[in-house]
Amino acid sequence: MTSSTAITALPSRASNSAMSPSGMWLTRPFTERSTRLFLGVLTLALALVTVLHLALPEGHALHVSSYTVTLLGKYLCYALLAVAVDLVWGYLGILSLGHGAFFALGGYAMGMYLMRQIGDRGVYGDPVLPDFMVFLNWDSLPWFWHGFDMAGFAFLMVLLAPGLLALVFGFLAFRSRVTGVYLSIITQALTFALMLAFFRNEMGFGGNNGLTDFRELLGFDLRSDATRLGLFLASGVALALGYVVCRGIVASKLGRVCVASRDAEARVRFLGYRVERVQLFVFVVSAMLAGVAGSLYVPQVGIINPSEFSPLFSIEVVVWVALGGRGTLYGAVIGAVLVNYAKTVFTGVMPDAWLFALGGLFVVVTVLLPKGIAGLMTRRSKPDNPTSLKEATP
Amino acid sequence: MSLLDALADRDRVFDFLVPAASPVDVRHGPILYLEDVNVSFDGFKAIDNLNLTINDGELRCIIGPNGAGKTTMMDIITGKTRPDSGEVWFGSRHNLLTKSEPEVASLGIGRKFQKPTVFEALSVFDNLELAMAADKRVLPTLAEKLSGEQRSRIDEVLETIGLETLRSRQAGILSHGQKQWLEIGMLLMQRPRLLLVDEPVAGMTEQEMERTAELLTSLAGKQSVVVVEHDMGFVRSIARQVTVLHQGSVLAEGTMDQVSNDSRVIEVYLGAEEEA
Repeated sequence: MTSSTAITALPSRASNSAMSPSGMWLTRPFTERSTRLFLGVLTLALALVTVLHLALPEGHALHVSSYTVTLLGKYLCYALLAVAVDLVWGYLGILSLGHGAFFALGGYAMGMYLMRQIGDRGVYGDPVLPDFMVFLNWDSLPWFWHGFDMAGFAFLMVLLAPGLLALVFGFLAFRSRVTGVYLSIITQALTFALMLAFFRNEMGFGGNNGLTDFRELLGFDLRSDATRLGLFLASGVALALGYVVCRGIVASKLGRVCVASRDAEARVRFLGYRVERVQLFVFVVSAMLAGVAGSLYVPQVGIINPSEFSPLFSIEVVVWVALGGRGTLYGAVIGAVLVNYAKTVFTGVMPDAWLFALGGLFVVVTVLLPKGIAGLMTRRSKPDNPTSLKEATP
Repeated sequence: MSLLDALADRDRVFDFLVPAASPVDVRHGPILYLEDVNVSFDGFKAIDNLNLTINDGELRCIIGPNGAGKTTMMDIITGKTRPDSGEVWFGSRHNLLTKSEPEVASLGIGRKFQKPTVFEALSVFDNLELAMAADKRVLPTLAEKLSGEQRSRIDEVLETIGLETLRSRQAGILSHGQKQWLEIGMLLMQRPRLLLVDEPVAGMTEQEMERTAELLTSLAGKQSVVVVEHDMGFVRSIARQVTVLHQGSVLAEGTMDQVSNDSRVIEVYLGAEEEA
């Protein structure tokens, strides 16, 4: 497991020196033991769920129901979001408390496509306008809804909308060298402002009801079991790809520049690197991954509304990453899946206790496992491994 | 003067006409030239009409009591602090006052900080790799792969700084003196034309100090080196030219013997030190 941190990536780098330089940063992760292990476990899990869902009869004790498949798909989307947060927090030292905004924007882009797919089957039967627009007595589509009837355009927007927001926001923030707590606060303000904006009916995104009542994705019925399984698998593939992209960045020289600027930003500048551009690049990549996560989340839960922009949600994501272990990527996945599983169980058994349980878990992990669950694993395999992260430098 | 006149004026070279990557022009001798530089922080004059010229290939020591403006001067040269007035030139072509820190670094000015600043979470090898002269834009950095030549360059520097056996250890576990050496190694990787070295021997043993002196003297000639140091014994062992700073301006300049016999210098610095 230790080879998954940027610090100990040295031997794996030496081993693939024979490979071609073009695009090597993307193939490098496949030569790492930790990445292979991660991808192997993920593939096994996906295969296992698929088999248990398809091969076993409904009454069987080990049968995975369609409901569970969708639930797991949702966890995988959260895991991808957590990986995106870990990329900027764990390696770049930027504690983003607003990644929910990028997740939600990706979700809205997908939601707009799904709305346009409904066509004239809505309650009001309008061939073009979604129900909420008819309800608000609008007579034509707002300009920004055009093009979302085309899947290609919509999927492009899933990447571009969060990417552009991150580009503009990051350009302004990093150029002015806003870092640390101040940056965290303005990311929080960003997602809060977007939440308020999206709550307004005049924005044209369905107000507080959001977008819902979806029917089809690329012609597949969203209510059918096969589509749900397909979405679950797609989420798994997206997580795998996102993980490889992040690992590729982290294990490259750029990743080492990130870690260096996390710990001593001024020093990196004096070496001739433009830290603000490095930060901007990684931040935009992370926002796009969050957008992809949101776009796969929406068809599985069947709704997107402004509550996804809520600051609380973004903070929760940070808690997942902290619990799983910051700066490891796979720790973020573990944290996201475990916490959300716990959430599902708790809110089912005793709904009032969930927030207390989450808070308690966070306190316990911060005190007893400063490097999260992933820290527990590395500690066991290599006891004298010196700390890879400076403690608590958001 | 109208725009046309300004353009016709052959004496003036406009910034945008100077290619950013043009080599450092040292035909006139100086590689670093500071003229009438002034900086004040909240009314306190940290740098007061400072004039300083460093020649190409020179090894210059700068001494001065605490608060004399040594570190502020380095900040100005490297683009971290902007002076209120004055001029700072690198060679006769590059106006350093218009450049950011990364631009100054890529022109060929390397800096070692007073407090050793290495990347503690990275290995010794990685520290040197990051410092290496290379294309430092984002995407080339992402795609970069070490060539055999670069690898042997890192090995070479590892040997120079005596850290070969610690190459894959985390820099954070190094001793203070080793961190100082690692940072000097990072400077060497940058292959700068001008090295600014702030208190290189603080926390070093006598033996380490000797090696540092040897290294710095061997660099001079090929590169220009400016050393800020408190340790008079060390300064005496390496310096040919010494500049004494006091209250933000140059108090005296000359060989160590000349300077240490200067009555004003004795009064503000050496005398004070002997009393203490």
